Amino acid sequence: MEKIAKGSWVEIEQIVLNPEERAPSLPEDTRKVPYVLHVSGFLLEDAELGQEVSIKTVIGRELVGLLITNNPSYTHSFGKTVPELLTIGLPEDK
Amino acid sequence: MSTKDTSYSAIMARKNEIMKASLGIDFNEYITSPITFDYEKLMAETGYQIQDIARIQAETKVGETPLFELRRLTEEVRKISDPGKGAMIMVKDEAANASGSFKARRASISAYEAAQKGYQGMIAASSGNYGAAVASQAAQRGLKCIILQEVFDSRGVGQPEIIEKGRACEAYGAETLKLSVGPELFYMLLRTLEETGYFNASLYTPFGIRGVETLGWEIAQQVQTRYQKAPDAVVITHAGGGNLTGTARGLLAAGCVDTRIVACSVDLGGLHMASDVDFNKKSFTTGHTGFGVPFATWPDRVDVPRNAARSLRYMDEYQLVTQGEVFYVTELLTKIEGLERGPAGNISLTAAITLARQMDRDQIVVVQETEYTGAGKHHNSQLAFARENGIEVRRGNPTENVPGKSIVIPERLAQVWGKVQEMDKLRLSYLKNAAHHLPISEWLESDYEFLAADIKKDKNWVKQQANLLN
Repeated sequence: MEKIAKGSWVEIEQIVLNPEERAPSLPEDTRKVPYVLHVSGFLLEDAELGQEVSIKTVIGRELVGLLITNNPSYTHSFGKTVPELLTIGLPEDK
Repeated sequence: MSTKDTSYSAIMARKNEIMKASLGIDFNEYITSPITFDYEKLMAETGYQIQDIARIQAETKVGETPLFELRRLTEEVRKISDPGKGAMIMVKDEAANASGSFKARRASISAYEAAQKGYQGMIAASSGNYGAAVASQAAQRGLKCIILQEVFDSRGVGQPEIIEKGRACEAYGAETLKLSVGPELFYMLLRTLEETGYFNASLYTPFGIRGVETLGWEIAQQVQTRYQKAPDAVVITHAGGGNLTGTARGLLAAGCVDTRIVACSVDLGGLHMASDVDFNKKSFTTGHTGFGVPFATWPDRVDVPRNAARSLRYMDEYQLVTQGEVFYVTELLTKIEGLERGPAGNISLTAAITLARQMDRDQIVVVQETEYTGAGKHHNSQLAFARENGIEVRRGNPTENVPGKSIVIPERLAQVWGKVQEMDKLRLSYLKNAAHHLPISEWLESDYEFLAADIKKDKNWVKQQANLLN
């Protein structure tokens, strides 16, 4: 397994509430799954994915959780073109 | 980390003390019964005049946004209106605020208060533009910031719009806590407030709502200066009620007592807001009926003991629109007005088209916000995401739209019509909710007075309805 170096920008996962610890009166589908937190920060010691680690967030808080991503990044986009939009506002469309 | 019990029930039991410490407001000073509190006193005791708010906001790049005439859109509306009809549509370009939405107004006074009172940082729970607004305002006041967001379902999948908003929070230097679907966001907020001792930048504090008053105030001044009259109608995208409440209060403070205050939400009837499965079936993360109706009919369901956002107190009308209509109008704004803006801000523009068709030509209808757009927020990304999640996307008659199943984008402007939400039904629903908190038999004269003011009706109407309900 890949070793992730101390100081790397990583994302951790915490199970905040197990299904049985969750708020009362949830819809059935939500009640079946745990309440989960993801948060990013700088790794405080060398570690491998899946290990419990500590991170320091951008504001300096130390948080503990399972290491799930090395160098978490944003890849959201404008999406695949939706052709139905393209003719809106053209002279023959109004 | 706190060594206190952090179980769900233990944290919720400490709600009041956590709130008091994190806000510096003791709501008990204003509360007079389970349903009644001194709203105007709570708002006044923030200690700010509207001019103070404007000055504080100017320090952090908020306010004085442009008000544009939408000339080509107005022309198109006039072509499909009856003779003499077709009011001029104007838009307040709130995307020009730091962080790209009107929410900067809402965050600005909280950030100023937090800094003045010596808090080290501020916290807000928001999956919307408010998170980025708080992060941006905190950055400018030298405060640390934590934003909590409901981001992903149990498969780990999140809507592109929310992912973009999380990115924006991190871009402004906030620690961003990304959570799975569930109302426990409030629990997590309380827990984080207790752990850090930071200021609670709730959306629903008097500071948040008073910050929006400048929006209504500026619209009044801008319309007055240019046309020597008050706007005939102002259309406001409605979810939690703060946008409507603050804007209406600002308009009233500027003397616009006859301006129609029109709420507008996207109709998402049938989708459950706390459902893990339904989470990614909606293309709007806010400005929809899943928030708009429950918050109108019972405002005190929020993360503060009493909500300063009380929409029925100010609302004259409520228009509902479909997702497809908003996407159509968003594209039309881009193509014929040269303004590429986010869909959520265009909800009210969609309703304004319907209103303008029914209003006289010499009247003015103001759409009071826009929001930034970009990767994730853009209507193309939202429609592409919907299609990938099995939602049918097509052109057609928007009345065929089924939330969670299909998005029908109108074929032409004349099909943009929305529908009207009956106001008295909402008011009655509010009274029923009040009765759950205090039995009608125990309502005092002071309760009737509060309820009447809170739903913009006279006391006799409330009494009549209470008799029928009893």
